[in-house]
Amino acid sequence: MAKLNAAAAAKIEEICARYTDEKTPLMMILSDIQNEYGYIPLEVQELVSQKTGISVAEIYGVVTFYSFFSLEPKGKYVIGCCLGTACYVKGAQNVIDKFSELLKIKPGETSEDGLFTLDALRCIGACGIAPAVSINGKVYPKVEVGQVAGIIDSYRKEAAV
Amino acid sequence: MTKITSVADLEQCSSTCTKCLEDKLKGMDDKRHIVLCGGTGCLSSNSKEIMAKFEEVLAAKGLSDKATVNQVGCFGFCSQGPFVKIYPEDTLYRMVSIDDVEEIVDTDIAGGQIVERLLYVDPASQEKVTKQEDINFYKKQRRVALHGCGVINPEDINEALGMGAFQGLKKALSMTQQEVIDEVLASGLRGRGGGGFPTGRKWQFALNVEADQKYVVCNGDEGDPGAFMDRSILEGNPLGVIEGMMIAGYAFGASEGYFYVRAEYPIAVNRLKIAIAQAREIGLLGDNILGTGFKFDCHIRLGAGAFVCGEETALLNSIEGKRGMPRPRPPFPAIKGLWQKPTCVNNVETLACVPYILREGAGKFAEVGTEKSKGTKVFALGGKVNNVGLVEIPMGTTLRELIYDIGGGIPNGKKFKAIQTGGPSGGCLTEEFLDEPIDFDNLVQKGSMMGSGGAIVMDEDNCMVDVAKFYMEFICDESCGKCSPCRIGTKRILEVLTKITEGKGTMEDLDTLEELSKTIKTNSLCALGQTASNPVNSTLKHFRDEYIAHIVDKKCPAHVCKSLMQYKIDKDKCIGCGMCARNCPAGCITQTDYLPEGHKLASYEIDADKCVKCGLCMSNCKLKAITKE
Repeated sequence: MAKLNAAAAAKIEEICARYTDEKTPLMMILSDIQNEYGYIPLEVQELVSQKTGISVAEIYGVVTFYSFFSLEPKGKYVIGCCLGTACYVKGAQNVIDKFSELLKIKPGETSEDGLFTLDALRCIGACGIAPAVSINGKVYPKVEVGQVAGIIDSYRKEAAV
Repeated sequence: MTKITSVADLEQCSSTCTKCLEDKLKGMDDKRHIVLCGGTGCLSSNSKEIMAKFEEVLAAKGLSDKATVNQVGCFGFCSQGPFVKIYPEDTLYRMVSIDDVEEIVDTDIAGGQIVERLLYVDPASQEKVTKQEDINFYKKQRRVALHGCGVINPEDINEALGMGAFQGLKKALSMTQQEVIDEVLASGLRGRGGGGFPTGRKWQFALNVEADQKYVVCNGDEGDPGAFMDRSILEGNPLGVIEGMMIAGYAFGASEGYFYVRAEYPIAVNRLKIAIAQAREIGLLGDNILGTGFKFDCHIRLGAGAFVCGEETALLNSIEGKRGMPRPRPPFPAIKGLWQKPTCVNNVETLACVPYILREGAGKFAEVGTEKSKGTKVFALGGKVNNVGLVEIPMGTTLRELIYDIGGGIPNGKKFKAIQTGGPSGGCLTEEFLDEPIDFDNLVQKGSMMGSGGAIVMDEDNCMVDVAKFYMEFICDESCGKCSPCRIGTKRILEVLTKITEGKGTMEDLDTLEELSKTIKTNSLCALGQTASNPVNSTLKHFRDEYIAHIVDKKCPAHVCKSLMQYKIDKDKCIGCGMCARNCPAGCITQTDYLPEGHKLASYEIDADKCVKCGLCMSNCKLKAITKE
């Protein structure tokens, strides 16, 4: 098992300490770690277990249950294609297929260069602007298949700078 | 901020704030007020940047003391956003971009003239409409749960106080607990999350239990794909929901409340945080509220992307830091809920209705609606309809009014096919049901359900087998795995549906689908499983011919299922420009020897075996010479 570096361990201990007053803090701790690092590997779960007294098995169960928690690191840009019903009936499947084809990854995977992760999202509530794509929080409205290559390029350029 | 510690303080503060808000809306303060929609839809269309641009342009032109700029909650008419509204004239500009800001400031703010080109144009009459209330989309609406949304600044408690915030709580605190419950029972309010259980009865169960601690939980885990009313209410008037929660807390004796909100809704969460902080600061959350001895505080918990957490017992497990799996009932949460204490789980929209009932009286709330479903319901109207957005209508409004009068009909002259209500737990209703009034019981009787309020319109281009498959994929993904009928059964249904959409189905498969549906429905532990087969059942019932077309004719009538359709070039229409061939990712389009009469270049053709059916050629063809078959 890989060892956590001291800084990361200290950060995770600090996150656990934020919620010592809470009765059942696990979800909050995991959310904070996910937001901070983008994933929650096993060694982090072990540390959380030591700090909270919750068994690693239980923590692993929770991490793998919720789609927001990830065991693997995500790409620099997380592309979330909304596949809610409103987006779906307006052609969102074609949009995500195009991202998948151009990035050569399936939904849920990260590209080899670590730049992009492609996610299929359940409704993000932006049905008025369907189909919607959210990239690192920025929402693209009414995305058409023809725009996909341009969107990817703009992030490749941004990353190259 | 001065503290509000008594009923008299609240009265005084409310009247000051009401005057302040009225002055603003009516222009008594000799200022113009620019408000922008700050809902998720408009924010993604740059409404924040537009707001900054207004501030910049006003400052540059020395008009900063003549006009204010503010953001408000969702206007509801999302397909026409971003919106800019100017008070006191109440002029509504739509689809505003950053480049329009200077013109609005010059022409309207400085010049007092309306910028005609940014007004909404009624699609039927082609007339320009200046005021929001005159737009057809808004005419049949009545705002109870959406009270204040699109009017007040959701990040300013003073504006909420100006719109009657905490008046309902004040009234409740002057009554006994039983009187509050009786009032809510008299209003006929039923759970807006989809269950439709009488809210007052739920509270009564919890009141009847003795316990040292009870909880109110607000279910903001709006998982139904295509529904966003809870998000908009939390974004537009979070204090209204907090007030509803406090009234619930008073009614059955809870001193703590939890909001469980989807992590996908960062703006809603942020506004809720601000509202809670402001209410605490002003003394409206905490000990001895309004000097009555009533104590209440609330907290926020975030979901982590699991649909099943919208089920109340799964939600409670999630707050407790566990996997979000449902618990067997009984015991019901009202007896043993959060941390084994009596708990009422109420939906966001339900709680948003509560202050209105107390403030205006149960009779006023029950004025509209049908015999068994009182009040209004918010719907998220989406899909193939002209006016996409959020609408609050009296119960009993017909589907036709919703789709055609409010929704403005189907775009591009296409034909209406079905309306899907109730999300993955609901069903599709066809044209013959359009004149049915919408309420809890009627839609269930007709084979769908009202659900939490998602309403997706589908036209002739949507394949109903594909739609059923879409919902089943969703359910398969989201099934928590605890009970086998749901875990295994939905997977089996999905396999059969996939087979049919690939053209490999048999007529026996339809019997299999029906049998599986029945098993899942009767044997699943929670509502997710019990309703999981509804989309399949309702499409099988109303669109059996489409299933048969897939199975027997090996055709997808809507040309959606890729295995059963192909792209074709009309060789006589094609002018040989080669746009399609240059853009084809599969390189399957080549030029033929055929030269149509009067054309200069030979036409192209598609090699169906190599085609990946991405549709790029069709969207690139300016002559519309490429069609789906």
